[in-house]
Amino acid sequence: MNRRDFLKVIAAAGIGGIVVMEGLDDFRVEAAEMNKDSNALQAKHWGMVIDISKFQKPEDIQRVANACHQYHNVPDIKDPKHEVKWIWKEDFEHAFAEMESKYLSEKIKTMNFPVLCNHCEEPMCVRVCPTKATFKRPDGIVVMDYHRCIGCRYCMAGCPYGARSFNFIDPRPHIGMMNHDYPTRAIGVVEKCTMCVERLNKGLKPICVEVSRGGIIFGDLNDPNSEVRKVLRSNFAIRRKAELGTGPSVYYVIGGDEEGA
Amino acid sequence: MLEKVLYGSKRYYTWIVFLMIIIIFGFTAYLEQFNTGLGITGMSRDVTWGLYISQFTFMVGVAASAVMVAIPYYLHDHKTFGPIVILGEFLAVAAVIVCMLFILCDMGQPTRFLNIVLHPTPNSVMFWDMCVLLGYLLLNLIIGWTILGADKKGISAPHWTKVLTYIAIPWAVSIHTVTAFLYAGLPGRYYWLTAIMAGRFLASAFAAGPALLIILCLILRKYTSFKTSKEAIQSLAVIVTYAMIANVFFFLLEVFTAFYSNIPGHMAALQYLFVGLNGHNNLVPFMWTAAILAFLGIGLLLVPSMRRNEKVLTIALAAVFIAAWLDKGIGLVLAGFVPNSFERVTEYIPSSTELAIVLGVYAIGFLILTILYKMVVAVREQSMVEH
Repeated sequence: MNRRDFLKVIAAAGIGGIVVMEGLDDFRVEAAEMNKDSNALQAKHWGMVIDISKFQKPEDIQRVANACHQYHNVPDIKDPKHEVKWIWKEDFEHAFAEMESKYLSEKIKTMNFPVLCNHCEEPMCVRVCPTKATFKRPDGIVVMDYHRCIGCRYCMAGCPYGARSFNFIDPRPHIGMMNHDYPTRAIGVVEKCTMCVERLNKGLKPICVEVSRGGIIFGDLNDPNSEVRKVLRSNFAIRRKAELGTGPSVYYVIGGDEEGA
Repeated sequence: MLEKVLYGSKRYYTWIVFLMIIIIFGFTAYLEQFNTGLGITGMSRDVTWGLYISQFTFMVGVAASAVMVAIPYYLHDHKTFGPIVILGEFLAVAAVIVCMLFILCDMGQPTRFLNIVLHPTPNSVMFWDMCVLLGYLLLNLIIGWTILGADKKGISAPHWTKVLTYIAIPWAVSIHTVTAFLYAGLPGRYYWLTAIMAGRFLASAFAAGPALLIILCLILRKYTSFKTSKEAIQSLAVIVTYAMIANVFFFLLEVFTAFYSNIPGHMAALQYLFVGLNGHNNLVPFMWTAAILAFLGIGLLLVPSMRRNEKVLTIALAAVFIAAWLDKGIGLVLAGFVPNSFERVTEYIPSSTELAIVLGVYAIGFLILTILYKMVVAVREQSMVEH
């Protein structure tokens, strides 16, 4: 075989290889195409309304956060620089920092606001992710493929809500009670609230909704007859940094008799 | 051509060994980070990017600045730049490799870096940044290597290199524009959310990059047979002068918009940088140093008699380079995270491991640069003997 023939064979093999690879591509399953159970909860746009009147005491949020974090094997890391959190407590002045109010009522000032991923309609984290490790499902939930995440943290720079945590240290030694029905994360990846997609798949509502004692209302924002839409029709609701055009799917109502709202 | 790097003076070998020691030191630090995770750095949940990404950003500028030699030479036939065009191209090669290494150091899961290629995502600016940087590296490597190869044989470079040089010019602008877009499109990060970001990036790059190139030319002139003409150095110095003036001007535009509008979000990062915010003021001394050095550098460069004195010129260029580095290689990235989404301030102090890794990456850059420049000097020496 002379040099010319050899090069021809190599070129042919190369082209053949590319064709085969392209063919294989059709069998590749994107993470978004997860199988659905027959009794799975389905919606066009999942959303939440958080009734602040049901979170009078800091313990009310702590209960919800503990349930969420235990369920999802979120590590309990004390160092604020490395902490991982999916849902946690903020006060009004920090959760809604952009709504500067000089003479805030004492009631609002001392209220507790649970904050979490807003599952935006136009999620910045999805737009900036260079590997599609973060993606938006057709039902509006923004989730992650932890095995595809390269840990570049561009999503954390993009998220205007500080909703994302990075595993700066190995999370596994910091998990108190391991839930063996839910995976743990590796070091070096980003994580956040998933709106409990795996529970929805089994026909269950998110764990935070379940333990919130009516404080978190969950439903299809696209359905005018859903519970969330009913609450939004009769209450004044606010969203965090809605002016940025992200379209957050988490609403806050002061609740009760709307006094002091 | 690579065989040329094996023969050198004692000073050359000492320099190589010195760089190798720093590289080993940095690599050991990287292994520690690889094994224990990014928690070993000073980065945090609030300041998620630190020195790695800020050095990456600054070095993209150094890489792009090769165009400030290429445009006058290739588009305006500015002949005095002829001998140093290749120095600009090889500086770009070393700088882009440094950029890529910094990105790799910053990744939480570095072994998955191919995911960017396996799952190409056109809506992510980071994907485009990878594309343009890779393309720019190849362009400069191919152009530089081919031209030097032709030089060695005493023939003129093939015609297609000229085509590539024309492509490389807008490409250089693109790498720094895309890098600016990494920042300039993020909602809620007001220090970055500005239309002039790419312009500022380019101005700062075209000041710092050529300033470094002149200093490198002066070092080569002192220690090797590669003598860059006074005219070439003066021409480049003028470019540095006006690029730095544009850079400072663009920065002052930001200051005006923030403080005349009086919008807290736009003022916060600038306040943090220059006077401190909520009692946090780690970066204040760095930024005032940058401001003083910027005006000192511009002042010295603007007066022709001072600029023509190469001793004064060196001081002025060093001032410009350090000022640009403090502004873009420190302040720009870090202040973007201040205040955080909850209007709180978290400060960032790099860890010693992080600093060692940064030094190691820069040492790799200098090693590549030394090898490439050594080839250039050796080829030029040979052709001088032959002709």
